[in-house]
Amino acid sequence: MKSTSEEVIAVSGALGVMSAALFAILGGVLAFAGLDEVIRIHGLLIAVAAIGAGLYIMANPRKGGLEEQQSYMDGPIKFATLAAVFWGVVGFLVGDVIAWQLAFPVLNFDLPWTNFGRLRPLHTSAVIFAFGGNVLIATSLYVVQRTSRARLAGYWTPWFVVFGYQLFIVLAATGYILGATQSKEYAEPEWYVDLWLTIVWVAYLLVFLGTLWKRKEPHIYVANWFYLAFIVTIAMLHIVNNLAIPISLLSSKSYSLFAGVQDAMTQWWYGHNAVGFFLTAGFLGIMYYFIPKRVERPVYSYRLSIIHFWSLIFLYIWAGPHHLHYTALPDWAQTLGMTFSIMLWMPSWGGMINGLMTLSGAWDRLRTDPVVRLLVVSVAFYGMSTFEGPLMSIKAVNSLSHYTDWTIGHVHSGALGWVGMVSFGAIYCLVPWLWKREGLYSLRLVEWHFWIATIGIVLYISSMWVSGVMQGLMWRAYDHLGFLTYSFVETVEAMYWPYIIRATGGLLFVIGSLMMAWNVWKTVQGAKPVDIKQQPRVAAAPELRTGLLAHPAE
Amino acid sequence: MKHDFFEKNSMVLLVGILIVVSIGGLIEIAPLFFLGSTIEKVQGMRPYSPLELAGRDIYIREGCYNCHSQMIRALRDEVERYGHYSLAAESMYDHPFQWGSKRTGPDLARVGGKYSDAWHVDHLKAPREVVPASVMPGYPFLAARKLNGEDIEQRMKALRLAGVPYTDEMLEKAKTDLIAQTQPDSKEAKGVLERYPKAQVRKFDGNPEGPATELDAMIAYLQMLGTLVDFTKFDAAGPNLR
Repeated sequence: MKSTSEEVIAVSGALGVMSAALFAILGGVLAFAGLDEVIRIHGLLIAVAAIGAGLYIMANPRKGGLEEQQSYMDGPIKFATLAAVFWGVVGFLVGDVIAWQLAFPVLNFDLPWTNFGRLRPLHTSAVIFAFGGNVLIATSLYVVQRTSRARLAGYWTPWFVVFGYQLFIVLAATGYILGATQSKEYAEPEWYVDLWLTIVWVAYLLVFLGTLWKRKEPHIYVANWFYLAFIVTIAMLHIVNNLAIPISLLSSKSYSLFAGVQDAMTQWWYGHNAVGFFLTAGFLGIMYYFIPKRVERPVYSYRLSIIHFWSLIFLYIWAGPHHLHYTALPDWAQTLGMTFSIMLWMPSWGGMINGLMTLSGAWDRLRTDPVVRLLVVSVAFYGMSTFEGPLMSIKAVNSLSHYTDWTIGHVHSGALGWVGMVSFGAIYCLVPWLWKREGLYSLRLVEWHFWIATIGIVLYISSMWVSGVMQGLMWRAYDHLGFLTYSFVETVEAMYWPYIIRATGGLLFVIGSLMMAWNVWKTVQGAKPVDIKQQPRVAAAPELRTGLLAHPAE
Repeated sequence: MKHDFFEKNSMVLLVGILIVVSIGGLIEIAPLFFLGSTIEKVQGMRPYSPLELAGRDIYIREGCYNCHSQMIRALRDEVERYGHYSLAAESMYDHPFQWGSKRTGPDLARVGGKYSDAWHVDHLKAPREVVPASVMPGYPFLAARKLNGEDIEQRMKALRLAGVPYTDEMLEKAKTDLIAQTQPDSKEAKGVLERYPKAQVRKFDGNPEGPATELDAMIAYLQMLGTLVDFTKFDAAGPNLR
């Protein structure tokens, strides 16, 4: 192994400082010459972040030498893990606030910055992109190093990915509160924030691919297929759906390039595959690494994982039109969307079976290790919501469920049950492994987190089933004279109690996440675990494990 | 096994993924730009007037789409509750579309003309004073904010670039038209109606003496929603059959 040459060191430092200077200037221009309040504030944020990054690079010159190549690069991963915990708590909390707003509208305070319309995108972006995104960045960069037996590619670039991503989150979130939005669900950030994310995302792809290129394992492990599909497909979706024309290069306002029916189809092609690739493929990468690792068993079926992978990514991309049944979208597109959504049930359950059956011979871990329980119950929720999804994509069912809270319940059985739980499981694995601890601060607290979050989810999704199906039925109810039975506002009144139960369930979920934050914090601090005897040996960092280990697939 | 080829070559895997995930989108989205039957042939559609556009931008800014759809599905109860099912043509100038995905509040695709301006003024200010069981946030600040029309021409130019048929004249008069639509007695008001047929010219916010406000723009937008297409002349058969 050669140490990094002096030229490379000089070039990487100079590139880093020059890009920082470039963005400091761009940010400064927007801050002073920007045409509206939002872009001026954002210009200032960009400039401050760029100056900070530039100063840091200058103050900490790259040393070179062999050390920086011999170990795994875990700094950015640690940061993203903590960021995920932080944004998770924030995102769940905002979600619960807006849930209470629906039951008690006085909580909107009649102010622009606190009304439901501006806070709801804040909630969805915070949980999907800030929480979920950081979990995906942390786990993917961890997994790709271990399964490739190679250090991350780049020296500053992985840090740029992690910090650049946090800047994207802050720009998006402050934009919503100040009223800057493209109004396309899950793609609300304005044009210049989208451009920034594109730069960060390309860097992310390069770090990931670059690490694969350096790998010392001949095969690319299955988890990395899913991560790679997630990264490249999100890039494609993000760029196409956010094509827009800004009214000026100094304004935060833009108009979507597409209009009406084409815009709707593009948006839901994006929207459903934000679910399919961000919230599914990426998190399946987590499933394929962390479940085998935690239960010390190989993935159930190699062949099934190949079928799972290709069929899932091929079929998912077609499912978008099921968000537009009976609308002005042409029928042929609706029918295609429904057909592929139903077919999607099969690869989804194939993947679920592959994840669950990995526990073959280790089912006792479900009883003894609450981290395994989080991971496995998440896969069970995945199975449930990927059955419910195809069901709701059938036009006859959709005519009832669409526009109602049933959709919200469905999304949350996936988001809280699958994405949330599998992320919690991965975080509880990662933190002692990254910080080289003997175990988690408290496994009992994980047990509490598991139960309180599960009860919260059950309250949430069952109240939304009741609310959604009830509202759908009330909208279409006719009396014996052939008139519509209910006015719209009567259906709103009927949702009062389900809304309170939903918000209570959400509150339990928030409390669970606070327990996790505490547990993670104590573990990072190095507090002595309170129940180390109850913890399985895989809870400890790999360096600290004793005794013979089984070798799961890598 | 043959899958080795993908597992051992990261670029082959990458290209394979790109091909597999491109197919569905290409087949579902691309034809919508070319098939003539996608957007119905109707009479009456026109671009938004400057005041309506300003209102629409406020509607987007406040996130109204999070709770209100603008898409009446072709189902019996929806047509009876909200009016004729929505046509693709009715959102042909909507950059971005506002079909929505959730009805915490009712559909607004044809809310135009359904309530009086005074009702909208009261309702936007304090929804529960008009509809006691409503869960809508109040927007009292709209009435207090003077309408900022500085960049209305730039907005319309960007939309023209995206394909909305604004004429040179419309762009030239954008700023004048924006205010004139709230001044029915002014001589410029006639020009608004010539350029934007069926536009409603009046002071919407219940304050005839005051300047044009964000509330004016918002109500002007709400009052024109779903009013443009002439359904006496719409034929769902013939070239519009799909």
